[in-house]
Amino acid sequence: MNIETKLLSGDEKAIFELRSLYEKNGYTQFKMSKFEEYDLYVRNKNFLVSDNIITFTDTTGKLMALKPDVTLSIIKNSKDIPDYTQKLYYNENVYRISKSTDSFKEIMQVGLECIGSIDDYCIYEVLSLAAESLALISEDFVLDISHMDIISVLIKELKLPRDAEKEVIKCIGEKNSHQIADICSQYGTNEENAAKIAELATLYGSVTEVMPKIRTLVGETASEAVSQLETVCSLLAQSGHGDKIHIDFSVINHMGYYNGIVFRGFINGIAQGILSGGQYDKLMEKMHRRSGAIGFAVYPDNLERFAHDEKEYDVDTVILYDETSDIKTIADAVRMMNVSGKSVVTQKAIPAKLKYKQLLKVNGKGVEIIENNA
Amino acid sequence: MLNVALPKGRLGEKVYDMFEKAGFECPSIKETNRKLIFENPEKGVRYFWVKPSDVAIYVERGAADIGVAGKDILLEYEPDIYELLDLGFGKCKMAVAAMADFRDNPQQTLRVATKFTNIAKSYYASVGRDIDIIHLNGSIEIAPILGLSDVIVDIVETGTTLKENNLHVTETIVPISARLIANKASFKFKNEQIEKIAKSLSAQLEEK
Repeated sequence: MNIETKLLSGDEKAIFELRSLYEKNGYTQFKMSKFEEYDLYVRNKNFLVSDNIITFTDTTGKLMALKPDVTLSIIKNSKDIPDYTQKLYYNENVYRISKSTDSFKEIMQVGLECIGSIDDYCIYEVLSLAAESLALISEDFVLDISHMDIISVLIKELKLPRDAEKEVIKCIGEKNSHQIADICSQYGTNEENAAKIAELATLYGSVTEVMPKIRTLVGETASEAVSQLETVCSLLAQSGHGDKIHIDFSVINHMGYYNGIVFRGFINGIAQGILSGGQYDKLMEKMHRRSGAIGFAVYPDNLERFAHDEKEYDVDTVILYDETSDIKTIADAVRMMNVSGKSVVTQKAIPAKLKYKQLLKVNGKGVEIIENNA
Repeated sequence: MLNVALPKGRLGEKVYDMFEKAGFECPSIKETNRKLIFENPEKGVRYFWVKPSDVAIYVERGAADIGVAGKDILLEYEPDIYELLDLGFGKCKMAVAAMADFRDNPQQTLRVATKFTNIAKSYYASVGRDIDIIHLNGSIEIAPILGLSDVIVDIVETGTTLKENNLHVTETIVPISARLIANKASFKFKNEQIEKIAKSLSAQLEEK
């Protein structure tokens, strides 16, 4: 079968290219049904972006849900096998609330999960695939990497009540260092520790630039996490995407589920992040798995308006005919155009706003050219 | 080109002066006309005036890379942006106000009139009080007078309007001031310019 790639829209092309990238790296496709038992999502509500889920009762009376997420289903179907890492990717629609319209939306998601004993190599592999995924979409991308263990160690040092801790985490995500200082002084925390968190939130830059600052900031407290971040990020920076790999602690995922490395990808020209992921051993633990896991998801929906080339012409040829036209003449004209590789549409009147290269008309004598725009 | 959304009005003009000092001047902005967009290609900057409550939307959606918005708007709308700096001016507070003789009866649902539904909801949820929200778009102060609500949640600057309507502040929810905000993606791709502005603004604030 011959598929013309020019027929694919920007997001469709991205999806195919991503799938081929993941297949090439030994990831196999995970297919799932549209529905999943509601119970699965209720037990892990906070893992989901929003707790609004479309539910319905199936024929046996079981409460089902239209999947708002794929990761939970993948974990549910995973097995703990020593020394074996399951490498899966998926390309599924999920159903979530869109913030802007406050109603449900079908969102295309392409993602990848690596489940098993997660070592530094696995983390590197997933991060590097994340970078490759972004590069497929646009060379002008940034992959921001952070480490949850570093953040959580520093937050614990503040010894804040839970509510205030949550506030501080939110502020880190907003690079809002002034409010972190406010909250900390309100609870009378150690000023030095408060300043550390405030500085962590504002840190941003390339691996070589930021790593030394983190070392002095964190000291011995989270040295293992710092080393892991350095090892993985330096290797990544060396492998061709150097200036696009940044360290940014405002990348912060739910602490109850994520640990270790977390990351987010941006493309120049798209206001929202387009890729998001991280290591989620804690979620695995909550779902009674002994293995660890790391993965990410890409949201090609955001690509719809990006790199969308306005077509110069809707169709190559328009063939006009009327009731008196000979059917065979019309059919022959269409076939001739198709054989020569041109797209053609037959109409009785010229459709408004249609952009075409050539206008033909079938009359008693045959086909005549009325207009040539090309 | 760095796109900057400024809130129309005195606050926006003050902010522009700070941007100018930071080296991102755009002289045409001082001309008195009805234009809303001003550009200085030399400095690679474009300013536009928008309704103060819309700044956060322009920034979140990336139409503006950075902007200046009141904390009240950020709390109400909760945009996914970076809040880089507290500019420390445009100071006021989000507060609960009631008639002078009002006594809260905890056995009744509290009726709250406000423009800031989200802020009011989360504040009362945090203190565990059951409320009924009455969303109004203006003249909030008359709601308790007419018996439409028990209390109001609104921005209080000097308190004069409240006093003139026989109201007084019963609780302060949160202090408000103007903030420098940035789009998350723009922050990565126009990092140098944005950091330069943030640093200069922060230095200008310290001088004062």
